[in-house]
Amino acid sequence: MEQQANATPRMPDEIGVPDHFQYMHPVLKKNHGNWAWHERPRAGVLRHVSKSGDEIFTVRAGTQRQMDVFTIRKLCDIGDEYGDGYVRFTTRSNIEFLVKDEAKVAPLIEKLESEGFPVGGTGASISMVSHTQGWLHCDIPGTDASGVVKGLMDMLHKEFVQEKMPNRLRITTSCCQINCGGQGDIAVNVQYTKPPKINHDLVANVCERPAVVARCPVAAIRPALVDGKPSLEVDEKKCVCCGACYPPCPPMQINGEESTKIAIWVGGKHSSARSKPTFHKLAVANLPNNAPHWPEVKEVVGRIVEAYKSDAKHWERMGEWIERIGWKRFFEMTNLAFTKHHIDTWTGARKTMNTSAHVRF
Amino acid sequence: MKDGDSIDGKPEAGKADKHPTPHLDELEGGPWPSFVTGLKRLRDEGSPNNRKIMNDLLGQLNHSYEKKLGFWKGGTVSVFGYGGGIIPRFSEVADKFPESKEFHTLRVMPPPGFHYTTDVLRKMCDIWERHGSGLIAFHGQSGDIMFQGCSTEATQAAFDELNELGFDLGGAGPALRTAMSCVGRARCEQSCYDEARAHRTIINSLLDEMHRPSLPYKFKFKFSGCANDCVNAIHRADFAVIGTWRDDIKIDQEKVKEHVAKVGRKYTIDTVVNMCPTRAISLNDDDTLEIDNSSCVRCMHCINVMTKALSPGDDKGVSIMIGGKRALKVGDMMGIQVIPFMKLETDEDFEKLEEFAENVVEFFADNALEHERIGETIDRVGLPAFLEAMDIPPDPNMVNHPRTSCFVRTDDFDEEAAKWFERKAREAGMQISAE
Repeated sequence: MEQQANATPRMPDEIGVPDHFQYMHPVLKKNHGNWAWHERPRAGVLRHVSKSGDEIFTVRAGTQRQMDVFTIRKLCDIGDEYGDGYVRFTTRSNIEFLVKDEAKVAPLIEKLESEGFPVGGTGASISMVSHTQGWLHCDIPGTDASGVVKGLMDMLHKEFVQEKMPNRLRITTSCCQINCGGQGDIAVNVQYTKPPKINHDLVANVCERPAVVARCPVAAIRPALVDGKPSLEVDEKKCVCCGACYPPCPPMQINGEESTKIAIWVGGKHSSARSKPTFHKLAVANLPNNAPHWPEVKEVVGRIVEAYKSDAKHWERMGEWIERIGWKRFFEMTNLAFTKHHIDTWTGARKTMNTSAHVRF
Repeated sequence: MKDGDSIDGKPEAGKADKHPTPHLDELEGGPWPSFVTGLKRLRDEGSPNNRKIMNDLLGQLNHSYEKKLGFWKGGTVSVFGYGGGIIPRFSEVADKFPESKEFHTLRVMPPPGFHYTTDVLRKMCDIWERHGSGLIAFHGQSGDIMFQGCSTEATQAAFDELNELGFDLGGAGPALRTAMSCVGRARCEQSCYDEARAHRTIINSLLDEMHRPSLPYKFKFKFSGCANDCVNAIHRADFAVIGTWRDDIKIDQEKVKEHVAKVGRKYTIDTVVNMCPTRAISLNDDDTLEIDNSSCVRCMHCINVMTKALSPGDDKGVSIMIGGKRALKVGDMMGIQVIPFMKLETDEDFEKLEEFAENVVEFFADNALEHERIGETIDRVGLPAFLEAMDIPPDPNMVNHPRTSCFVRTDDFDEEAAKWFERKAREAGMQISAE
């Protein structure tokens, strides 16, 4: 409430979630709840057929998510010319054009591709990496988001524009261990490796100390007087370097040019199709945060993608494939090390152990 | 830690006053659309306001790439009448990059299903060109449209215009957060309920919890039309609403035969029959399918494979899962199945859903500790206590298997069992009278 200088400020109109029908393509509106089936004539294109006999083509294209107004207006121009003036976005920041007239599908694809928007992301493809904010806008990031995503999607572009994977492969990125990018078949996440470095001059003024103490998952933080100043100290033997103390207390800097590393996790799955949803599991840690191309990260992601692509059966997701072949073979096929750090030590860890006579050779 | 003697903050000689961006320049090649190219276009061709902000923003971002550190800090910025919805960002290197020293984000709630006319998108662009940086993200991980890059002074005017266009701020901080729903019945035959109606009903009834944050911590709703869970509700939502059905899967046996003829018998067995998680499907000798619907868990797999031959049943509704979240603080959690089935068709059904959502949020507000998500609260008090508070009877669908630990006091077991049998008898009676 810093900027209330106006004598009569405007009160907000508490609209809440807007009515979607006003922005919905008329064919979708007319056939709302009455669709019969769909097919994918080619990568990036869906054809939905209604019980009324109506049909609608959807053409899906990748975007950079963080879009300048020029890019958005260009997409709007394309939407006006080929898509009746209606678009929608997917949860992975792809844009979808809705086309009534099949004859417009091919010219729309050609137009999108000529303007640099890859068409794909449907079915058994690698869709857009789910995206966080990173150095562009976050207050606690260990790395950038848009740059990592750009690098990964440049590398995986060919798997976006075709449907040649065993099943869909969903990649996520996160710039800190809060993991805003979420679970993924492959998750590329910041992993801190050192306890926070504390600026004791600032803690008392900036941080609500009891709240910071309470935030630590392993009770490693305690109030302390340092050089006569009320501050906080960290038991570095207990600290798991998660960074949870950093957002409520920025003087507890968790990031470091060398100590902020990247870990790659595999086998997360949101959907309940076939197997129940799963969390992703650690594949490798300690990769360098090597902007602007993150070559070490890209190399490992590429290896995991290739192993999955070459060995998984149709419709198996990453985690289901590993479940079938076993972790031993996963680590062999990807040439990654299995270390003591792969063995869980957190609450519930015992449920992750093999307590059977099942062994793979 | 953040030294000030870098050369990268100084404008490049001979290139007017543009910051050099050698690290970011590396991200302009390649086949994927480049956000850097977009930022530069705003710097070079944007409105005067955009140009100023974006030159320094590019400078600061390049500085981050060089130092491998972020340089934003939070603060407090809001619009009149609301306590949340703006993500404040103040630069820690404002001495070098003064024009983007305030780079706040307005989180704005999208229409359910993310539908837009090009007309409304253009109007959003016009507003953000006037008041902000010209950079918009569709969408953030909570589902918001993120209008990124606004000074404290311009925040109110930008919000006023977006609000007059028909949009409202989303959630931030310890509050109800912006929700997400899949495309659902607008375009998907697999949808089992009106996702957007459920989404609007719940969020718009709890708006006060979004605009004036006072909950122990964040609370998220997500709405997926079926078990494919396209908005990742089970992992990411405190309150996940997932479509399902109670009667039999619908089979068009002629289309099944066409499918088998097209892809082959072995492929059908490998990808449909053998992948059913409960072994509920078999392929008959005449290439039709037989489904044991009482064993089927409505996982959607066979329907995903045979989109023309199979579809959800007619007696549709929703399951509700409570308590999904990521690692902080006690570890990852998925939502627990607490309402295996709820009909969601009539006005009364939606009122019931709204009332349940309000009760759950009230339970959260009353019982969660500070910075605790509802999944953690439930873990702390035990699921039975939550069920009792919500007046939900226990159901085998809530667990993978019954408890294995004997550390429980069971002296009222007979009374609890009597309640179960009484409920079963009542349900049976209702079924008979309905027939």
